[in-house]
Amino acid sequence: MTRTANLSMALSDEQAMILDNAREFCRSKSDITAVRSLLKSATGFNSEVWQEMIELGWTGMVIPEKHGGSEMGIGSAIPVIENMGRYFLCTPFISSTIAAEAIIRGGSESQQSRWLPAVAQGSIGTMALLDNEDWGATDTDCILLQDQNDFILQGKKFLVADAEVADFFIVLAKQSDSLVLVIVEASQIPASAIEKKTLVDETKRAASVDFSGIKISRSAVLAEGAKILPDIRLIGALLIAAEATGCAAAALDTIVDYLTTRQQFGRLIGSYQSLKHPTVDVLIQMDSARSFIYHAATLIDQDALDRDTEIACRMSKAQAAEALSFAGDRAVQFHGGMGFTYECDAMLYIRRAQWALHQYGDPQHHRKCLAGLLLD
Amino acid sequence: MSNNINQELNSNVEDAEQSDFRKGVVDWIKHNNPKDPGFLLPQTFMEVGSEQVLDFLREWQYKVWSSGYLGMAWPREYGGQGMSRQFQQIADEEMKKARVPICFNVIGLGWAGPLIIDTGSDFEKQTYLKGILTGDDIWCQGFSEPNHGSDLGSIQTRAERDGDEYMINGSKIWTTMGNFAKYMILLARTDSQVDRRYNGLSFFLAPMRVPGVTTSPIQKLTGDYGFTETFFTDARIPANCLMGEEGHGWRIAMQTLQYERGAEAGAAGGVSILSTVMNDLLRIAKDVQRDGKPLMRDSVTRDNLVKFLIEEHALHLSESRLKIPALCSDYPNSIALSGKLRGTEFYRRMRQYALTLQGASGSLYVGDSDAVEGGFWQRAYLNNFSTTIGGGTSQIQANIVGEHVLGLPKD
Repeated sequence: MTRTANLSMALSDEQAMILDNAREFCRSKSDITAVRSLLKSATGFNSEVWQEMIELGWTGMVIPEKHGGSEMGIGSAIPVIENMGRYFLCTPFISSTIAAEAIIRGGSESQQSRWLPAVAQGSIGTMALLDNEDWGATDTDCILLQDQNDFILQGKKFLVADAEVADFFIVLAKQSDSLVLVIVEASQIPASAIEKKTLVDETKRAASVDFSGIKISRSAVLAEGAKILPDIRLIGALLIAAEATGCAAAALDTIVDYLTTRQQFGRLIGSYQSLKHPTVDVLIQMDSARSFIYHAATLIDQDALDRDTEIACRMSKAQAAEALSFAGDRAVQFHGGMGFTYECDAMLYIRRAQWALHQYGDPQHHRKCLAGLLLD
Repeated sequence: MSNNINQELNSNVEDAEQSDFRKGVVDWIKHNNPKDPGFLLPQTFMEVGSEQVLDFLREWQYKVWSSGYLGMAWPREYGGQGMSRQFQQIADEEMKKARVPICFNVIGLGWAGPLIIDTGSDFEKQTYLKGILTGDDIWCQGFSEPNHGSDLGSIQTRAERDGDEYMINGSKIWTTMGNFAKYMILLARTDSQVDRRYNGLSFFLAPMRVPGVTTSPIQKLTGDYGFTETFFTDARIPANCLMGEEGHGWRIAMQTLQYERGAEAGAAGGVSILSTVMNDLLRIAKDVQRDGKPLMRDSVTRDNLVKFLIEEHALHLSESRLKIPALCSDYPNSIALSGKLRGTEFYRRMRQYALTLQGASGSLYVGDSDAVEGGFWQRAYLNNFSTTIGGGTSQIQANIVGEHVLGLPKD
């Protein structure tokens, strides 16, 4: 049985400023020509823009002050990521922010001093969680074996975001019967172990990574990996939701632009209710997604995420991914013949939706978890 | 268990005086909430279809008022108590939570009353306000006309000045409690020569019990009565029934609609609708069997219920986001203008689903002894169309959002 929900939402002056700055930055650095020029590139992002983001302090936003960051909390990353989504500004920011959160929440003092200042200065981290397509898996075939005083990893991970540019990986593995998170440095992995995947969303990069045979020292096993894993998954879901929400807003703008300029049968096509009303539905879905992500952003700066925050993160992901999927789908359809071409920007949204839907759990996965939280 | 989300938000900031007051309300309800009258109580004021129901509700509203829980923020000299609105809100929250009967004189309590308090003359305040609270004077609304639906600018009912009187001719439709009402807030055309059609309208606080006013009941989709069509044939009303000045009717009507939409404070309070929230839906789902197992274990049902819960959360969160302009910069009017469309359509689908949940019992209706909760949900679903049709249909609302929020061209 459900009980009364927490519905708080707040935006600090600091967050409001970040929102404005991020929007202006992403708008100026990532126009559609820039986005398209990166589609076939190796890394998928412009390293100069990434460098500027580092210099603006964004990579240190979630890092504690004592480790060289500004300690603004993960909630402050939401406006940045929403705007990255809005302008398809792709960098490893999301991957690296989630990895940083894993170390902040689950790392020992020495692990934090080793990695967090580096992340603040632009080192790229990423999570390697999946064995296969199953986001709901509670187990892994990636094994951490004892090797004298150290360990050896055996196993392969699927769909690791930004794997080719990552400086370190946080890998979900199993040590006897317990789940652990271990840090693997890129220098430990032979190039042949990274197999690039072909994605629907050409703005994103991901690979399968074979971690078999890599030596892991005790100091590379996160102190509290198993304990923080559920929270990291929720944070991941929220960040993907924020990016999807921004992208859905952009898809809506693209639809509205076309509906207010394209004429057919002597009328602007936006005057037809068969196009107008579904476009209003896109607006409503996007509006809901935005309400959820800022609600979740309001709650999420906690040491351990509570039930209300879990609900907020899962609803954010379910709503935002559905909203973008619907917006992208209608964007293609409403552009008519143009919508079927690669030249039309609608393809960017519908393709991004196929990334956003499946990162950190699809909407149905989250609804299933919500059912347990709200109905039992 | 708490049924109302807004209530929880408000209670977070409650001081000692307010929480003492809340305890008093809860206690009062415990001793005064009427027993089951043996008939299904109206969900809204649009279902007062018989004298029996009317008498019951009139007695209840009088009791709420005379016990000090209605019109608390209205001025003392007109039957109120001159207290802070927060106390009325607390009383309303607790009454809503306890699912007490509605305070039925909704047009008076929520529309005419606040309008008279805000803009009325001393004479109008003296004449009308107290009777609204006690339930002695029932009010109805005369805006919509046959064949004009949502388009108030096309109003044809005429009011012609003749000495100390106006003579009214025309007809109004969807007059809730028109057959019981003593007064109507009436929008009529006093000048048909003006260039802009809105300028010729005037607003009246019109008596219903004068020669030339007749009503004819309309049976609704639900089978209940509660609406009438109202006919004016050379009906003469005193000239001092005109509110404000001639030709200002449109502006006053728009202000009145603001009270309806809750955008302006001032309503007398009281429960005006037996609302249904997701917790109510989950309550009925809990006791239902499907495939020999509790329905709540069915994974398809669970997914559907969570979808509704997400939507309900989103509706409430929109209200929170509306208060943070920086998070509404894309389309600043979006949440405000889409609220009716989103809310009424959500409840329509949610109530429709409530019948699905009931299995074979979904086909039972009010009056059947086996109907789930007396057929409340069946009636609630059918009645919900009054909200997706009345006050601008969902289709008109979608046009408004498309045109005024997104800037899409008119059709």
